[in-house]
Amino acid sequence: MNIHEYQAKEILRANGIPVPPGEVATTPDEAVSIAERYGGTVVVKAQVHSGGRGKAGGVKLATTAAEVREHAEAILGMTISDLTVEKILITPAEDIETEAYVGILIDRKSQAATFMVSAEGGIDIEQVAHTDPDAIRKLTVDPRYGLMNHQAYWLANSLYDDPALVKQAAKIIRQLHAAFTSSGASMIEINPLITTTSGEVKAIDAKMTIDDSELFRHPELVEYRDLSAEPAPETKAREADLSYVKLEGNVGCCVNGAGLAMATMDLVKYYGGEPANFLDIGGSSNPEKVVTALEIITSDPNVKVILFNIFGGITRCDDVARGIVEATKRIDITPPIVIRLIGTNEKEGLDILEEAGFTAFSSMDEVVERAVQMVKTG
Amino acid sequence: MAILVDENTKLVVQGITGRDGSFHTLQIMEYGTAVVAGVTPGKGGQTFQGPGGLGVPIFNSMDEAVAETGANTSVVYVPPAFAASAVEEAADAGISLVVAITEGIPVQDMARAHAFARDRGARVLGPNCPGVISPGKAKVGIISGDIVTPGPVGVISRSGTLTYEAVMLLTKAGVGQTTCVGIGGDPLIGTNFVDVLEAFAADGDTEAIVMIGEIGGTDEQEAAEWVSANLDIPVVGFIAGQTAPPGRRMGHAGAIISGSSGTAEDKMKAFEENGIAVAERPADIVGLIQAVLSAKFA
Repeated sequence: MNIHEYQAKEILRANGIPVPPGEVATTPDEAVSIAERYGGTVVVKAQVHSGGRGKAGGVKLATTAAEVREHAEAILGMTISDLTVEKILITPAEDIETEAYVGILIDRKSQAATFMVSAEGGIDIEQVAHTDPDAIRKLTVDPRYGLMNHQAYWLANSLYDDPALVKQAAKIIRQLHAAFTSSGASMIEINPLITTTSGEVKAIDAKMTIDDSELFRHPELVEYRDLSAEPAPETKAREADLSYVKLEGNVGCCVNGAGLAMATMDLVKYYGGEPANFLDIGGSSNPEKVVTALEIITSDPNVKVILFNIFGGITRCDDVARGIVEATKRIDITPPIVIRLIGTNEKEGLDILEEAGFTAFSSMDEVVERAVQMVKTG
Repeated sequence: MAILVDENTKLVVQGITGRDGSFHTLQIMEYGTAVVAGVTPGKGGQTFQGPGGLGVPIFNSMDEAVAETGANTSVVYVPPAFAASAVEEAADAGISLVVAITEGIPVQDMARAHAFARDRGARVLGPNCPGVISPGKAKVGIISGDIVTPGPVGVISRSGTLTYEAVMLLTKAGVGQTTCVGIGGDPLIGTNFVDVLEAFAADGDTEAIVMIGEIGGTDEQEAAEWVSANLDIPVVGFIAGQTAPPGRRMGHAGAIISGSSGTAEDKMKAFEENGIAVAERPADIVGLIQAVLSAKFA
């Protein structure tokens, strides 16, 4: 789960990291009153789950109330990476001397939390890792010992020469590790970490991803979820414990298992069609889940045909068949449904389908080819 | 022969009294695998009723279960909040192979569990995996015994149902398997492609390998390089997620294209560059495998 900059900053502040104050506004009036309270120059920042906000015009300096209003009006309602800006952060502008990068994430290769720091701030770390790997200092934290003090200094030493700055940065790095561990994050990025003209080190922008599997431990973080940043069908899917990702095509896919679901989408493309979505109904699926899945797929007006590809393992074919039949009774489904159903309780499942007037394919290629053909012939 | 599990497997089921644990324990026992113990804290002293009146003793902890029964392998059906701890407990009790089926274990929990298991010399398979089956010998996990048959092909996959698809197609075509291994869909997994390839290379009976990958991470690329440098056995590969958009998690926690890294295109290219035949569709796996097998005996 991605959270907003202002939320990430709340977590960093709670862990003692120096972060300038800031407040969130949803209207230009609120923005102006917050800016007047701070006085002086402020930054108006779009709060959306996307990088490149600055380039998109979503981050602006304002020195007067009129400028604050002007920028707030322009940014609120703006679209960045298909997301509408509904909140802006108002924060006092800082006197920036230098900008650095400090990030921590779960690294797949070393199988542990790994720091990446660079004296070059405001950068795309992935790009620098490719073009200039020497500009990045990397440290894997051994989960058995945690982050040791000298390691925090080793990282900080690559950022600054001035011992006073190094000391502040080392402390921030330790606090960042604590924030990472205690909030169950999978990624936190401070970009940039600045030094001010008066010699202070501060975090002025932050990006953070919480591991979805940690949320049961952190009910307070669940509150951070921004439903406006998530399309309604995806919210509905998540709440029903289904994985759904909308795509641009017109073949609605309903599959059990993530790998098979991806392979099904790929096969739709192979036969000349375009998948409308990724949808994994998961393992032990009950009929109710299948009904929800069909509600979600049919809510997409692009869908011209609905393709089921079920290979029963833990999933039982009779459960899926019951769900399909139940859904056709409860909701109005216009697109035709084509079904492939094999595996656990296959016979029971096929009997249920047959009684309701459906036929099923046994091969994945046949059912996908048929679905694509139905779209083409209308 | 086979890898990871065989006739010598003595299995303990962690979470044997739960809904998934009890259901799959019955299937494992029906396949003929020796389930020597179950563990559920607080239910020690009870007996799990297996098929044909076969009873399995339940213990409160892994150390008791291993001390009493000499178990060498465990399978974890424990809920996500406690699953990493169950893996650690198994490693501490001297289990050499821990198969973690559970999906949704916090990643930071698994970082510690993986480090601990390595220290204890235990191999972890998974988590978030369907387990492993050596046809005719042993089954540990949830892969159905009905779709496999003994033979010369080793199968490795990050996915569950896609493995079933590939294995069923092989079996239908009369191509049997030495062992089918699901390594799991999580970002941090205990056994990766290279680990399983090494085991197949040492097996002696595995004459061809099917490697099924998906988007996310660079495990497949590293495996491809390893194959080209070290392996004499022919490999056929398939990658799921050619149509997956970047930045979106496709079901599996580990199936995400981050920036430009982990795309299906990159992985397929790495396969081709390293002499691995790439199947365009799951159905093409069979023909490619038959071709490498017949070339070998020609």
